[in-house]
Amino acid sequence: MKLKGWKELEIGAVIPEPGNADNYNTGSWRAFRPQWIEDNCIQCLFCWIYCPDSAVTVKDGKRGEFDYDHCKGCGICANECPGKKGNKAIVMVEEGK
Amino acid sequence: MGKKLAVTGNQAIAEAMRQINPDVCAAYPITPSTEVMQRFAAFVADGKVGTELVTVESEHSAMSACIGASAAGGRVMTATSSQGLALMWEMLHIASGMRLPVVMTLVNRALSAPINIHGDHSDGMGSRDCGWIQLYSENAQEAYDNLIQAIRIAEHESVRLPAMVCMDGFIISHSIESMEFLPDETVKEFIGEFKPTHPLLDVDNPVTYGPLVLPDYFIEFKRAQHEAMSHVKDVVLEVAKEFEKISGRSYGLFESYRLDDADIAIVILNSAAGTAKDVIDVFRDKGLKVGLLKPRLFRPFPYEEVAQALANVKVIGVLDRAESLGGFGPMFMEIASAMMTNGSNPLMVNKIYGLGGRDFMPEHAEAVINELKEIMDTGKVKVLKEYIGVRE
Ligand code: SF4
Ligand code: SF4
Repeated sequence: MKLKGWKELEIGAVIPEPGNADNYNTGSWRAFRPQWIEDNCIQCLFCWIYCPDSAVTVKDGKRGEFDYDHCKGCGICANECPGKKGNKAIVMVEEGK
Repeated sequence: MGKKLAVTGNQAIAEAMRQINPDVCAAYPITPSTEVMQRFAAFVADGKVGTELVTVESEHSAMSACIGASAAGGRVMTATSSQGLALMWEMLHIASGMRLPVVMTLVNRALSAPINIHGDHSDGMGSRDCGWIQLYSENAQEAYDNLIQAIRIAEHESVRLPAMVCMDGFIISHSIESMEFLPDETVKEFIGEFKPTHPLLDVDNPVTYGPLVLPDYFIEFKRAQHEAMSHVKDVVLEVAKEFEKISGRSYGLFESYRLDDADIAIVILNSAAGTAKDVIDVFRDKGLKVGLLKPRLFRPFPYEEVAQALANVKVIGVLDRAESLGGFGPMFMEIASAMMTNGSNPLMVNKIYGLGGRDFMPEHAEAVINELKEIMDTGKVKVLKEYIGVRE
């Protein structure tokens, strides 16, 4: 994204376009990435409820892949995930590994 | 023409607010500006204005409510003093950073401790870096005139910044003097309709105010704010010209008094300038070429214009009714910067006076002028910064 110069900015840092936080890729802030292990998933959707960044996608009542453009890697989903028989369906893996 | 009445400074401000008839006023009264809100609240109760008066639990909340109301799209005013302004401090930056043209009267009062309720400029000077336009007023007439003009200046499309109009606590706020009011209709026409830029109440065009801005953009927003400030001088002069047409009273960025051929100049703000002018007349009668410069617009500070007005002066005495402990008085710093960047190198001294409402008497002005004359004759400054009117 090309950064704007000061003359092009909206007065007082007002954001006139609703919902445009979607265009802001916060995924690059991540140090740890959550990994979904579908075999251990019981579809409880705790991860979807707890994620502060709406980075767990859900379609037709079933969870899908993480939205890695917006997941900041906080690890809340992995912490809350009950998994199957004590085996977590989300694990945090260090980025770059 | 308007009517002439004998009123207190606070009454003059309340009257101006009645004529301006802001959409919202959120305030928490504090001495010595209390009477402003007391009288204005009566106008609201009597249906003389259509203002939504929000009574809040602190000045921090007052300014917060003003910010919200201004972002919503209203014309917003308030008034405060001293500790009240100090409590507003973080919100002052938010009002200016969000570019909301809130207009506030600041009845200048000392800051604690020790606690004191009387007039000095430590409150106003303490907020000089908050991004607000600051206009200072010598008397009730100037405060009234400045407040009406401040609406136009703050709301000007090339400015869009909050503005405060300052006058001295008690000395002006509580003294009765005769002044001229403009007719209601004239004020209404002069200020016109407020046209907000991004009103939150425009629900068809939703906007976000106050987002997080990180290092990749923060400095760009400050640069844009600086640009808006740099437009203020021209707008102040343009508005003053129009104001002269309706009032017959002329205003500039500052007032020059007997300065044209002066060798010696006094720079002083607000009410004490009146006392100093009287003493200058006495010295002029004796043949000493002394004059006075009374800044009106302190933020943004008109450096070039002030330096030009003082360019031929040999000695300048800058009198501050505020302290920057460990530094020069705030006015001295501005005058020194103005002269240095203009390439002038006059002899200068800084006098701190009138803190906590101590009277500035003719003999104080007289002593300063005598000292400035001695500096001119000897070419030597003995003490750069000193207090006057203080017991040993
Ligand atoms: S790591 Fe945090 S941000 Fe990423 S999906 Fe899990 S809860 Fe959401
Ligand atoms: S919290 Fe764990 S088990 Fe539940 S839906 Fe999310 S990944 Fe599956």
